[in-house]
Amino acid sequence: MTHLVLPNSGHNRDPEANKMGMWLFLFTEILLFGGLFIVYFVYRSINSDAFLHASYQLNVTIGTINTIILITSSMTVAMSITALQKGNLKLSLILLWITQIFALAFLVNKYFEWGAKIDHGIFPGMAHYAEMASGEKLYFFLYFFMTGLHAVHIIIGGIFIAVVMKKMKEGKVTSERISLLENSGLYWHLVDLIWIYLFPLFYLIH
Amino acid sequence: MSAITSELNFFQVKKGIFSWLFTLDHKRIGLMYLYAILSFFLIGVVLGLLMRLELIAPGETIMKPKTYNQVFTLHGVIMIFLFIIPSIPAIFGNFFLPIMLGTDDVAFPKLNLLSWYLYVGGAIFALMTLVVGDGPADTGWTFYAPYSVQTGTNVTLAVLAAFILGFSSILTGLNFIVTIHRLRAPGMGWFEMPLFSWALYATSWIQLLATPVVGITLLMVIAERVFGVGLFDPSIGGDPILYQHLFWIYSHPAVYIMALPAMGIISEMIPTFANRTIFGYKAIAYSGMAIAFVGYFVWGHHMFTSGMSGSARIVFSIMTFLVAIPTAIKVFNWVATLYKGSIDLQPPLLYALAFIFQFLIGGLTGLVVGALAADVHLHDTYFVVGHFHYVMFGGTGFAFFGALHYWFPKIWGKMYNIKRAKIAFSFFFVGFNMLYFPMLILGLMGMPRRYYDYLPEFTNLNVISTVGSWVLAIGLIMMLWNLIQGWRNGTKAGRNPWGGITLEWQTKSPPPLENFDKMPVLNEGGPYNFKTK
Repeated sequence: MTHLVLPNSGHNRDPEANKMGMWLFLFTEILLFGGLFIVYFVYRSINSDAFLHASYQLNVTIGTINTIILITSSMTVAMSITALQKGNLKLSLILLWITQIFALAFLVNKYFEWGAKIDHGIFPGMAHYAEMASGEKLYFFLYFFMTGLHAVHIIIGGIFIAVVMKKMKEGKVTSERISLLENSGLYWHLVDLIWIYLFPLFYLIH
Repeated sequence: MSAITSELNFFQVKKGIFSWLFTLDHKRIGLMYLYAILSFFLIGVVLGLLMRLELIAPGETIMKPKTYNQVFTLHGVIMIFLFIIPSIPAIFGNFFLPIMLGTDDVAFPKLNLLSWYLYVGGAIFALMTLVVGDGPADTGWTFYAPYSVQTGTNVTLAVLAAFILGFSSILTGLNFIVTIHRLRAPGMGWFEMPLFSWALYATSWIQLLATPVVGITLLMVIAERVFGVGLFDPSIGGDPILYQHLFWIYSHPAVYIMALPAMGIISEMIPTFANRTIFGYKAIAYSGMAIAFVGYFVWGHHMFTSGMSGSARIVFSIMTFLVAIPTAIKVFNWVATLYKGSIDLQPPLLYALAFIFQFLIGGLTGLVVGALAADVHLHDTYFVVGHFHYVMFGGTGFAFFGALHYWFPKIWGKMYNIKRAKIAFSFFFVGFNMLYFPMLILGLMGMPRRYYDYLPEFTNLNVISTVGSWVLAIGLIMMLWNLIQGWRNGTKAGRNPWGGITLEWQTKSPPPLENFDKMPVLNEGGPYNFKTK
């Protein structure tokens, strides 16, 4: 007597289920940031002048460069998925490497941006920060909190893509079994999308 | 190797502690949740008994005010985050959802195990507050700012625990949604699912969409405590009302995370013991979704007295009243199912009937506090404590123990002593009502909640309440002892001791590792059509 195999077994490979699970997870990510967006909205409407004033201290050029970097990296991920779908493993891997380099470049820029602020004592607990008006404090707190959380997501996304790259090399992710790569792409697009909201909210206030 | 697997049940397939700790079997994960959750429940019960003992007489009886504050906070944190929220979905949902859908596991077994580890991790953080630093938080389980950002007690750890437990809950919800979408037995459409699956489906969406908001809010509380940036503390420019909004945006829907699975269990037990098709299947399924949906828009009713515009309060009050409609539909359907059924008064049905009775009291008192004028008087009195425990303990708690009695023979393949179960139930039921009904009256008389002390005129009712807590505890001990006896040397239960017709009763008790030893056969004419039996 062999054990019963159900047609609807939970151990079957089910790309639809994987994708659905990823989308549901992305909803939770959006709501995680959603709480922060609410807080931003409330405090910006109370302290609109302070937020405007504080935003002048951010470097729009670096922010713009980072935006371009992230959008381009989203494109390379999408291209890499198409490349693997068409069976071109090598090109797909190269495109993922480019994505990783973009991710690293984004983080390096972020490091210099944060570093400059901290050098000027603008970080919760530091001298310059303590002298600021409460609205500006809130602006910089939210800036560090939200871009910091976003940077954490960049790192997680980078690790996720690295794992997928390893599995592609081992032949565990192929054009027939592509859902893991697609999911890492979905995650990367989300990280990109959140930045597209963060950038105008912090850098481009008028 | 595969020659014998169906002969063995899922307990016997593999042995040893690691076969449990690294298991991907949804049944074992469900049982690991059961053991962990029951342990924390018992800790919560002991804390509750201590609080009641403190309140047996006015003035200091056994603990100082600060200790009392810490005890009720830890009681709340344990009972909410470690017991009620995970209880039914994580234990019975994990164990029975795949079986009831006619499949052999959830969609993401590894994720399922991860969520158990997150649960245990969060629980460890919550208990660490007892031994580290300045003791457990003394803020109440709501962690209201500004006190939560100023007090020296271990709020940061407690909040971190709640954050981690939230992610455990999210992953369970995600798993269930995909399981229900993708793994139903061939031929089982949405409206041929058992109603417990519908209840879990509605619950899972709330877990998924509401929990992240409180997650990020709790992180902000930690940031506020560490950096003092003035998010929620008005003395440095923050807004405590904003915290309350963010907190209740999750925590009110969370109340339905606690209640909806219980309603699903009642919808399973009543047709089985009435031996009759459930009345209004679709109405029950849709009303669960309606409760989940409307539940998102009522959070403001927790804040009627904390400063909100008049029109906002009216809207929140009306929305709150709307929730009563789908809830009443369910109660109506359960009672209508019993009507002219051939009722078999077994212990699980007793718990179900107690659920209906107590949930009715809990629900109607909910309307009282949902009404603006009444709430102004009753806010922060024992009336709210009574209402909440009638819904959560009298409702969900009773459904939980009913489910334990209902599925016990399926999980362990043995039957407990029915007569003793009924005696234990009567102690449990009488003790419960003795404990919490006086609170409703005390609240109407004006006794405020969350104090270790009270005015002498409240003494009599408080004594009744405390004695009730002892009766309840005796009932609980009797019940657990009876179940343990059943587990050790109960008679063999067989596949279907209650005459149920959902799929879990078609397989062996305990089920084999792959859940079914023969192809599950869907019931003709819907999941509760008892005529075909």
